[in-house]
Amino acid sequence: MVSFFTNLINGLSLGSIYAIIAIGYTMVYGIARMLNFAHGDIIMIGAFVSYTAISSMGLPTPLGVIGAIVACTVLGVVIEKIAYKPLRKAASPLAVLITAIGVSYFLQNSALLIFGSDPKMYKSVVPFQNVQIGPFLIPGTTIVSIAVSIILVAALQAFINNTKPGQAMLACSQDRDAASLMGISVNGTITLTFAIGSAMAAIAGVLLCSAYPSLSPTTGAMPGIKAFVAAVFGGIGSIPGAMIGGLVLGVIEILGRAYISSQLSDAIVFSVLIIVLLFKPTGLFGKVIQEKV
Amino acid sequence: MSLLEVNSLSIQFGGLRAVDEFDLTIEKGELYGLIGPNGAGKTTVFNLLTGEYQPTEGIIKLDGQNITGMRTAEINKAGIARTFQNIRLFKQLSVLDNVKVGLHNQYHYSTATSILRLPKYYEVEKQMNGRAMELLHVFNLDENAETTLASNLPYGQQRKLEIARAMATNPKLLLLDEPAAGMNPNETQELMDTIKFIRKNFNMTVLLIEHDMKLVAGICEKLTVLNFGRTLAQGETKTVLQNPEVIKAYLGE
Amino acid sequence: MKKYLTTQDAASRNDFMTYGMVLAAFIIVQILSATGLLNSQMKGLLVPLCIYSIMAISLNLVVGILGELSIGHAGFMCVGAFAAAFFSKCTDGAMPDILRFIIAIIIGGIVAGIFGFLIGIPVLRLNGDYLAIVTLAFGEIIKNVINVLYIGRDANGFHISASSANNLGLDAATGEIIVNGPQGITGTPKDSTFLIAMIVLIICLVVVLNLIHSRDGRAIMAIRDNHIAAESVGIHLTKYKLTAFTISAVIAGFAGALYAHNLASLIATPARFGYNMSIMFLVFVVLGGIGSTRGAIIAAVILTLIPEVLRFLANYRMLIYSIVLIVIMLINWSQRSRAWMEQHKLGRFIYKKKSKAKEGGA
Repeated sequence: MVSFFTNLINGLSLGSIYAIIAIGYTMVYGIARMLNFAHGDIIMIGAFVSYTAISSMGLPTPLGVIGAIVACTVLGVVIEKIAYKPLRKAASPLAVLITAIGVSYFLQNSALLIFGSDPKMYKSVVPFQNVQIGPFLIPGTTIVSIAVSIILVAALQAFINNTKPGQAMLACSQDRDAASLMGISVNGTITLTFAIGSAMAAIAGVLLCSAYPSLSPTTGAMPGIKAFVAAVFGGIGSIPGAMIGGLVLGVIEILGRAYISSQLSDAIVFSVLIIVLLFKPTGLFGKVIQEKV
Repeated sequence: MSLLEVNSLSIQFGGLRAVDEFDLTIEKGELYGLIGPNGAGKTTVFNLLTGEYQPTEGIIKLDGQNITGMRTAEINKAGIARTFQNIRLFKQLSVLDNVKVGLHNQYHYSTATSILRLPKYYEVEKQMNGRAMELLHVFNLDENAETTLASNLPYGQQRKLEIARAMATNPKLLLLDEPAAGMNPNETQELMDTIKFIRKNFNMTVLLIEHDMKLVAGICEKLTVLNFGRTLAQGETKTVLQNPEVIKAYLGE
Repeated sequence: MKKYLTTQDAASRNDFMTYGMVLAAFIIVQILSATGLLNSQMKGLLVPLCIYSIMAISLNLVVGILGELSIGHAGFMCVGAFAAAFFSKCTDGAMPDILRFIIAIIIGGIVAGIFGFLIGIPVLRLNGDYLAIVTLAFGEIIKNVINVLYIGRDANGFHISASSANNLGLDAATGEIIVNGPQGITGTPKDSTFLIAMIVLIICLVVVLNLIHSRDGRAIMAIRDNHIAAESVGIHLTKYKLTAFTISAVIAGFAGALYAHNLASLIATPARFGYNMSIMFLVFVVLGGIGSTRGAIIAAVILTLIPEVLRFLANYRMLIYSIVLIVIMLINWSQRSRAWMEQHKLGRFIYKKKSKAKEGGA
């Protein structure tokens, strides 16, 4: 029983990291209407920046984390301005998708050139190790991941509901043209969305590598895909959906690995997604869009 | 036996009863109009008749056959074709191909035949081309039909192409959803002549939704007026258009 | 911007241009090879270029003609590859090599087609982005499952295990492991030649181009352009979506079979048959002009050659490649750049034909 709960907590920990990534994906999709395939690699960049700051340059940990967040935020905004914005009105939505793939290749190969392909040992940013709660020994990273994800989601919801830029984001996600007619700067809102999403990716990268200390240029790819799956699973465009999707996915992955087969854990996760989508074709919280005939 | 018999047709979206106990009888060869203020439920009725929506109550019979609950493609095969309020052409296909798609169920050859280019492919394609050009000729769209992209046609011609495509499916009943929308008086007159031509030469029965009263009064023999999803008035065109309730619904008090 | 179409005769002529292009490429390569101008690096690329071209044709059928985003097509290639390799390993020596190879290719196609059909049934009901994610999911599942598959054969017949080679319970004397979990299949006969690959490519081309210019093809494109209108003229959506998807899977299976017989060892890793490969095919299709079969082939060839040509850049190779990709996308697709090009009558950078002849709207 204890081991089940341990697995469950681990699942929630991994899931909360997926949730943070998934929220970034879903925000960008909801507001900029694109699937940012480079999102997973921003995570990796965040981890590398903090690694460089903390392990290579010996800066204090908080500075390293903040550095990562700032770097990724800037990076996300720059990428949006250079590579995505010009294609916003392209004839096909696939154009910006392919460009995102190009950006992803670019980020991975840049990291490869700078850091090499052998995995780096990431020093966890969580200052405390395991915490004993009752019969359970819970890793520090677990507590921090779950706590951070809850705080981030709450902050994001508060931001969207209570501030003007936040409401602008909501408006853009529902009807971009109407929003711009109301005087909302769509460009500014989309930039803000990418900024927030990238910042969250940086945090996710730091947490991910604190929990799973091996860091290489391809570290962000699989979590990126899984978070994408989580976002769709929860209903693409829905922030609560991304949160729940991420948590559920993390739990399924860890439980699947523990109780069914560790080699098939990916197949299990993806299979669950498919089954859910068969019953709820727009995800758990996704809106069913009735096409007007 | 009437061509179209609709009894107590209703659909509910959550708390909103968009169409409420709608009755309609159309005889073969009639030109029937469905009118009413915006939002009255006219297109919803069309969507119910063509299977885009499933009714919550009611029965639809086409030529004696109960088509209630059938899917759109099946209803088309049973004999109802339609055009759409917002033109829905196959934009990346040619004018000719748009009509050939309409001929899809009138001419058959298997996938294997297409891939292996057996003789039947060439025979049937030739027949389809012939029939498609015939139809396009009726609507004056046959010039450069093979090389013109449907999306390059001027608006009025796009509307006519949509009708041509619907006609290609060899229907018993043709539903036209605001066919004159966006047309100038000349085009509207041309459209009226075309509809009458279709009725005469193709033995067609037509049910149309329109706001252009000149067209309605000009070609419709009978009308049903819809308001808030319910039938307000029904009958001979002249009588209905003089009904004070109908005038009030459109113009207010 | 007005686009003009060709007549049906000219559409056929357009197809012939595609065939001509492929045949010309074949002839040029043969000449270069005979005169010794092809170095071994290039020679090694010939079969992969055909394989990737076939995959581009396959994915273009789903993405460009049917209009659905699939990012798991490498999964079909994987299934075809393993099925074909399995057959070859089992029947090696039992019949003339060339016959065995041809049957292997056909089996690869059929098995992939079956997977395509079965996967298509639930998947094609979903819309847009959800469909894309499910194709991605299936691709990963296929890769994952094959990695834990152990199949062996001994005097008693076939044995399957999902955990380890030892669990196969093979007779020590006559036992032979065919599919070895993460190590996949080793020792597949290296039958793929440029000639055979070309022949398969042309066959796939004929299948797809003939399909496009036919009643079925029009139905499929109608679904792409306006599925509500397509239904309203009596077209059965699921049937035609499945047709396109299944044929596409069969073609991917052929490509997989060729791929399997071009390598000494066949394994499914994230680099091979995973998401990365599926994405690469998608890039071919989009860059080639979504919906253009000829463009897809050209893009497949160019984008496969660029990293090879850039080998002199050593470590910077893939970085430059990624920048080239982004730049091409921006030039070809951004509104500002399009307007500039129209002003200067430049047409599109890679796929120039778009403003003149399009293959039947495709």
